[in-house]
Amino acid sequence: MIINFKINGKETLINLTKNKRLIDLLRDDLKLTGTKEGCSIGECGACTVIVNGKAVNSCLVLAQQVDECDVITVEGLAEGNKLSELQQNFLKYGAIQCGFCTPGMLMSAYALFLENPTPSREEIETAIEGNLCRCTGYKPIIQAITSTVSGE
Amino acid sequence: MDNSFNIVGKAVIRQDALEKVTGRAKFADDINEPGQLYGVMVRVPTVHATIDEIDYSELLRVKPDSIIVDSTDIKGSKKIGAIRQDQPIFSFDKIVTPGDVIAMLVGESEDELKSLSKKVKIKFTELPALTDPTRSLEPNAPKIHPQYESNLIVHYPLRKGDVEKGFKESDFIHEETYTTQLVEHAYIEPETVLAIPLEGNKGIKIIGSIQNPFTARKVVASVLNWPLTKVRIVQAELGGSFGGKDDTMNILSARAAVAALKIGKPIKIHYSREESILESYKRHPYILKYKVGCMKNGKIIAMKIDILADGGAYSSMSPFVTWRSVVQATGPYDIENVWTDVRAVYTNNPYTGAMRGFGSPQPIFAQESIMDEIAIKLNLTPDEFRRINGFKAGSFTASGQKLENHDVNLLDVLDTAIKETNFTSKWKEYKSKTSFNGYQLDKISDTNAEQLILKKKDYINPNKLLWKGIGLSISYRGCSLGAEGIDAAEAYLSVQNDGSAYLLSGLAENGQGMRTTHSIIAAEVLGISPDKIYYLETDTGLIPDSGPTVASRSTLMGGGAVKAASDILRNRFEDFLRLEWKLKSQSEFIFKDGFVSVNGNPQQKISFSDLCSLAYKNGICLAAIGWYKSPEVNWDEHTGQGSAYFTYVYGCQVAEVTVNIGTGQVYIDKITAVHNPGKVINLLGAEGQVYGGVTQGAGYGLWEQVTTDGGKIRELNFDQYLIPTAKDLKEIKPVFVEGKDVYGAWGGKSLGEPTLELTSAAIANAIRNATGKRFYNLPINLEELLLRRKLFPKDLKRGSS
Ligand code: FES
Ligand code: FES
Repeated sequence: MIINFKINGKETLINLTKNKRLIDLLRDDLKLTGTKEGCSIGECGACTVIVNGKAVNSCLVLAQQVDECDVITVEGLAEGNKLSELQQNFLKYGAIQCGFCTPGMLMSAYALFLENPTPSREEIETAIEGNLCRCTGYKPIIQAITSTVSGE
Repeated sequence: MDNSFNIVGKAVIRQDALEKVTGRAKFADDINEPGQLYGVMVRVPTVHATIDEIDYSELLRVKPDSIIVDSTDIKGSKKIGAIRQDQPIFSFDKIVTPGDVIAMLVGESEDELKSLSKKVKIKFTELPALTDPTRSLEPNAPKIHPQYESNLIVHYPLRKGDVEKGFKESDFIHEETYTTQLVEHAYIEPETVLAIPLEGNKGIKIIGSIQNPFTARKVVASVLNWPLTKVRIVQAELGGSFGGKDDTMNILSARAAVAALKIGKPIKIHYSREESILESYKRHPYILKYKVGCMKNGKIIAMKIDILADGGAYSSMSPFVTWRSVVQATGPYDIENVWTDVRAVYTNNPYTGAMRGFGSPQPIFAQESIMDEIAIKLNLTPDEFRRINGFKAGSFTASGQKLENHDVNLLDVLDTAIKETNFTSKWKEYKSKTSFNGYQLDKISDTNAEQLILKKKDYINPNKLLWKGIGLSISYRGCSLGAEGIDAAEAYLSVQNDGSAYLLSGLAENGQGMRTTHSIIAAEVLGISPDKIYYLETDTGLIPDSGPTVASRSTLMGGGAVKAASDILRNRFEDFLRLEWKLKSQSEFIFKDGFVSVNGNPQQKISFSDLCSLAYKNGICLAAIGWYKSPEVNWDEHTGQGSAYFTYVYGCQVAEVTVNIGTGQVYIDKITAVHNPGKVINLLGAEGQVYGGVTQGAGYGLWEQVTTDGGKIRELNFDQYLIPTAKDLKEIKPVFVEGKDVYGAWGGKSLGEPTLELTSAAIANAIRNATGKRFYNLPINLEELLLRRKLFPKDLKRGSS
């Protein structure tokens, strides 16, 4: 089946094989390997991408479901070489250690901002609750997102 | 903050952060080779069996051109292991645990290979499964590895003074038993490796999520029966390790290498989360028996410790892990008479090995719980009791080592934590409030189920469900490998004629931020910005074997080597400038902000980049190799006496919790983590270690547990294996008390593991403070808190079906 969707702002036409997951479409076909796979069952959030403004686990979504959709991955966050404020704050506050959870974290936070530009700390924690990080203890991540809200 | 430093001690952004925040960082599974094939494992659904026959005929009938790799393809060592070679690359004689792999099928489609793997028919004879470590040493226990006399992997005795005499002279004796659970590292990136055969006679290149490239190289070379030089290991960006991507990755590397050479094509193996949890090693469960003899004035004079560690099916790192336990089992207390036995045994359980903490979280949980119990008995506060017995400069450890030549600041660390948290008054206040006598859920058993109906006396006023508690724990930790092994590291620094520099050390970046720490050290010595330093890719072909990246040794040992290399170059620059500027031999220089000037004559200066180009033109060698070797340590295997480690770090954590005595839930309000890491090199990195370590420690204390049903693991993915989320710890406060030390780079020592080892004990003591009850078994989850036992589903079925 042929699907037509927008990936990081670019219209794309893809001929899909049957039963392909969105994550495989992104990583294998489009070589967008920024999206990670940590559990394959929707528990770790490493595969989080944004479909029509909402954060989804790309390991649980079939590729054909994004037909006619707008998909954003971590590769679409920076404008050229200019990092978004959220990305810069991840750097500044040490929100990254191994970095394997980072793309998913960024996408969950980004989706939260699309919905609510001024989330409270609790709303931030809820937004990334489904993203597991084993390295950072979350505090620097929460700090980075909070600072993006307050524009610090 | 120390003003004599330009960069050291400040918050520096990680060098690899840019790639990681844009999705460009290449983790092992992001790397592919043209023409690569996949390897898929064949396992047998049993726990303990002898393999009678492996029959591929049906597989070959369905797919005649199947590519099969098994132990018959191995030309070198068929079994490997750091101390004992008991672990097969592919099992051929026995199955000893469900993660065991018999063969690997190779092909283009993993899905197809997975269904084909069911066509391999393995005939086996089941053997009785040994899953209880306390039975391992019984004479009629099934032998896991018949080539060894018994299931004993290792036994470390430690004998100091006369423990029986000490007990006789004690005013009272306190005895308790504690247990800790099996836990998984749960790095978010599952294991991946790619083996690429090189053209001609060049050997093989292996890229993977490999924690210890030199160990992987050694294993692969011995399996292939090749010289080390023909095996090149390149480390991909590592998605977390925590000690966990060692043995498993070495074995996966070897499987991929054997297959790649057999068919002459690149082979990739990448594990699903389920396979990762099924096959990878975990942290040892311990059973810890403590007997403490104490005087009325609070002085401990005797301690007897008996520890049994479940090593699971393979010896792996058990001999090293349990050695750290025997050294540190008394905790940081000066005790005249000590008698310790630590044993690790085989079972059919998942095997256990290195995990952040490495033999310390278990004894600390037990010993710090007991310290609080004795303090309460003596009517002392937890800190008063620890002050009486805690290490001071010149104290002697259990192994008879005098603590000297470093800052023994345990009590400073403790005092800082007490003040920071207002500990004593909170502890007394919460303690006085504790009393709920009618609350006896833990007396209920399945056989008297009518008691499950709560009586009036069990009624808890809903306004009184939440109880607050505060608890602390302290520890000391030997830095680096100690008498476990040879301890040295190398670094290579090559300055370019424009003032930028390449840096590489023989230790590995596992996500902890080592590259940045090392770059800061070199930048500080040369007076340049850390972003002028380009950290090269870790590759066993480019740098000498510097031992494994374990034991929180990357800052201490690797940092020491980087500093040595940087000092060599700086001295060379200084000598050159003295000649060039015709200065006196005793003249000194300042290297700062990209400039070099003469001390006392700031006018005479040159930019670092001009200096490099000038030196280059004058034929000065701009590259240097630095080497750092630890001071001598020693150990007597029979008495457990000796100088176990050349230096130590000290820590104290305070947990503040709220316990819901109706649901059994423990809320962590705040963990204050006070550590002496020697010198902090990168503040951002150091704080990151604390946040991460404390969070893992809290998971260990309250939620995490891998359980088995007849030897088979129940929790194979994150739906059942629960690690802390963003919502589970309210506040973490890192505090550093720096010590004045001479080791490594400006005394920068260890931090990664101390941050984890203390947390569960502090939480357990806080729960005791809140509820008045002592809990002896980790994790202290809802069932443990309410019922004093763990509840498990009857079988391995998942979901509602
Ligand atoms: S890989 Fe999709 S949620 Fe874990
Ligand atoms: S940074 Fe390693 S998992 Fe989050």
